[in-house]
Amino acid sequence: MSEDLLTIIIEAVPYLLGGVGMTVACVVGAMLFGLALGVPMAVGQVYGSWAVRRLVGLYVWFFRGVPILVLLFLFYFGLFQIIGLNLSALAASTLVLGMASAAYQSQIFRGSMLALSRGQFRAASALGMSDGETIRSIILPQALRLSLPGWSNEYSILLKDSALAFVLGTTEIMARTHFVATRTYQRLPLYLVACVLFFILTWIGIRCLRWLERKVAIPGYGNA
Amino acid sequence: MVKGGNTVLRVEGICKSFSGKPILRSVSVGLSKGELKVLIGPSGGGKSTLLQCMNHLIPPDAGQIFLEEKPVDTRSKKALYALRQQVGMIFQDFNLFDHLNALDNVSIALRKVKGLPRSEAHERAAAELERVGLADKIRHYPAELSGGQKQRVSIARALAMDPKAILLDEPTSALDPEITGEVLAVIRALAQAGMTMMMATHQVGFARTVADEILFMQDGVVIEQGTPAELLAPDSGTRTLFFCSHLSGLEAAG
Amino acid sequence: MDTLPFLTGEVMPMLNEGLVMSLKIIIPSATLGLLLGIVLGTVRTYGSPWMRRLGNGYAAAIRGTPLVCQLFILYFGLPHIGIYLEPYQAAVLGFVLCNGAYHSEYIRGGLLATRRGQHLAAQALGFSSFGSMLWIVVPQAVRRSLPGCGNEIIYLIKYSSLAYVVTVMELTGMAKQIASDTFRFTEVFLAVGAYYLALVTIATFVLKKLEERFRIPGFGVS
Repeated sequence: MSEDLLTIIIEAVPYLLGGVGMTVACVVGAMLFGLALGVPMAVGQVYGSWAVRRLVGLYVWFFRGVPILVLLFLFYFGLFQIIGLNLSALAASTLVLGMASAAYQSQIFRGSMLALSRGQFRAASALGMSDGETIRSIILPQALRLSLPGWSNEYSILLKDSALAFVLGTTEIMARTHFVATRTYQRLPLYLVACVLFFILTWIGIRCLRWLERKVAIPGYGNA
Repeated sequence: MVKGGNTVLRVEGICKSFSGKPILRSVSVGLSKGELKVLIGPSGGGKSTLLQCMNHLIPPDAGQIFLEEKPVDTRSKKALYALRQQVGMIFQDFNLFDHLNALDNVSIALRKVKGLPRSEAHERAAAELERVGLADKIRHYPAELSGGQKQRVSIARALAMDPKAILLDEPTSALDPEITGEVLAVIRALAQAGMTMMMATHQVGFARTVADEILFMQDGVVIEQGTPAELLAPDSGTRTLFFCSHLSGLEAAG
Repeated sequence: MDTLPFLTGEVMPMLNEGLVMSLKIIIPSATLGLLLGIVLGTVRTYGSPWMRRLGNGYAAAIRGTPLVCQLFILYFGLPHIGIYLEPYQAAVLGFVLCNGAYHSEYIRGGLLATRRGQHLAAQALGFSSFGSMLWIVVPQAVRRSLPGCGNEIIYLIKYSSLAYVVTVMELTGMAKQIASDTFRFTEVFLAVGAYYLALVTIATFVLKKLEERFRIPGFGVS
C-alpha cells in the first residue's frame, strides 16, 4: 500500500513538474503584466487629471471587488469570446490574473509614490525637468524600490490565486494533482504533495525577491 | 498623628542581580502606617528595582516581604495577587491603559480584580478622579491627557483599590518641570491625609518638606537613613547632603 | 436581446438563493475565523516555546499554500482517512482555518506593539497574568489589528466563491450553473460580479464605520 503510494507519486513527478512549469509561467506572466499595467495606472492616479483618476479608481474597485474565480469565468467564457479573443486556458488565466494583479500593484505603487516627499518633485522641476521626465527618472526609481516588500506579498498572493486557473482547464499544479488523485484514489497524499510544491514555490519566490531587494538597495533607503 | 506605630509593609534582606550584576545587596526597609519615606540616590543605585521588588513585580533573588507583619508566600500566585491589590504602584511613565478612558482606567481593576459591579466601580472611580482634580476629564483617553494629568489618573487608579500603602517610582521624572507641581501637590495632600507611601524621587525640595524619613541609596545599599532635618542639615556632612546640593544646583529643585 | 427580462426573471432569483448560501458561509466563517485568529495570535506571541513553534508552523503552512488546495484536502482528501464532511461543512471549516491563520498575523503584530508597561501596570493592580491578557493586552491588540483584520474579512467575502469548487451552491456555483445551462456567460458573470461588488462595498463601508465607532485617540493613524 505505502509502496504503491510511493510508486504513484514517483511516477507522477515528471507530470507534476510540468504543472510547476505552467504555474510559474502563469505567475511570472501575470506579475509582469500587472507591473506593466499597474505602474501607469498608479502614475495616472497620483498625477493624472480628474477623469483619469476616476477611471483608474473604477478599474481598481472592480478588480478588487470581484472574486478571481468569477473574473476567470467572466473573461474566458464571456468577454474574451465577445471580442473574438481565442486564447489558450493558460494565456487567458495569465491575462486575467495579470489584470487583477494590476489593480493591487497600482495601489502598492501609489502608496510608495505618495510616501515620497513633495520636495523630490519640486527639486526636479526646479532643474527644468518636464513632469514626464521627473516621474520617469526621479519618482519611479524611488517608488519602485519602496514597493518591493509589497511586491513580495503580491507574489505570494498571485501564486496562490494561480491555483484557481485549473477551473478553466489550465494544467498547472492543482489541475494535475487533482487528475492523478482522481485516477489513483490517493487523494489526500497527492493534495499534500501539491501543498508542498506551492510551499516551495512561495519560499523560492520570496527568496528571489529579497535578493532583488538587496541588489537594488541604496544606502540609507528604507527597509534593510 | 501617631507615626512609627504598626508596620504596614516591610522587606528584609532583599537581593537582586541582573545577569550577574548585583543591583540590590540585602536591603531591608519598613513602612509604618501613615509614613512617607523618600528614596534618594544616583540613577542605577537600585531605587526602582527595590520598589518593584516590594510588590514582587520583580521577583527578588532572596529576601522576604511582610504585609502587616505577616510574611507573604511569594510562591503562591494568589498571595501575590492579594499583595499587589493592597500595595499600589505609581510608575515613572504612567502606564495608563491606552485603550481605556480615564474612568475605565480607574475602574477596570475594581471590576475585574475586585469584582465590583459596573455602576459601583464607576462611582468610586469618578470620586477618585475628582479627588485628584480631574472630574472634567473622566471621558478622556490617555492620548488626550497631558503628562501631569496622566500621572494623576494613575494615582487615582491606585487609590481606588484602597491600598494599605503606595509605592511611587519617580512619579515626576517623565514630566516637564513646570507641571511636576500639580502631581507633587496631589502626593502631598495624600501624605497629609495619612497615606502610607514610599517614593523614589529627585525632588529634593519636596523630600525636605514632606518626607518623614529619607533613605539614601547607592550601589544597591541604603547607606544613610534619617529625617530630612538630620540628613540635610547644612553642617551634617552626609552623602545625602552632598548629592542633594549637586541635584539642587543642577535642577534648581525647590 | 432580451437581457433585462433574462436577468430579472431567471438569473436574479437563483443568484438570490446563492446569496443566502454565501452569507451562511461568510458570517460564521468570519466570526469563528477572527476568534481563532485571536487565540492563535496570542499563542504565537506568548505561548510556551513549543506552542509558539506549532502556531508559527501552522500559520506558515496555511499562508504558504492555496486555499483551493486546503479545501480539496478537507473535502476530497479527508475521506481517505475515513472523515467525511458535507460540502458546506468543509467550506466553512476551510475558511475558518485559513482566515484564522491570516488574522493571527495581525493580532500578533498588535500584541507585539503593546508596551510592556501595560502588563506591568495590570499586575501591579493585582491582575493575574491571564486577567491582564484578557482585559488589557488582548483588547489593545485587537483594536490595533482592526484595519488588517477588516481587510481579511473583505478577502474572505471574495474567497467564499471557492466554496463552489467543493460543490456548495453559493453565488458562484449558481452563476456557473445558470451560465452552463443558458450559455450566456457574460451577462450571468457580470451579474454575479455585481453581487460580490455590492457585498464588498457594503462590508468596506460597515468596517469603516465600525473603525470610527471604536476609534480610540492614540491608536493608529486617522
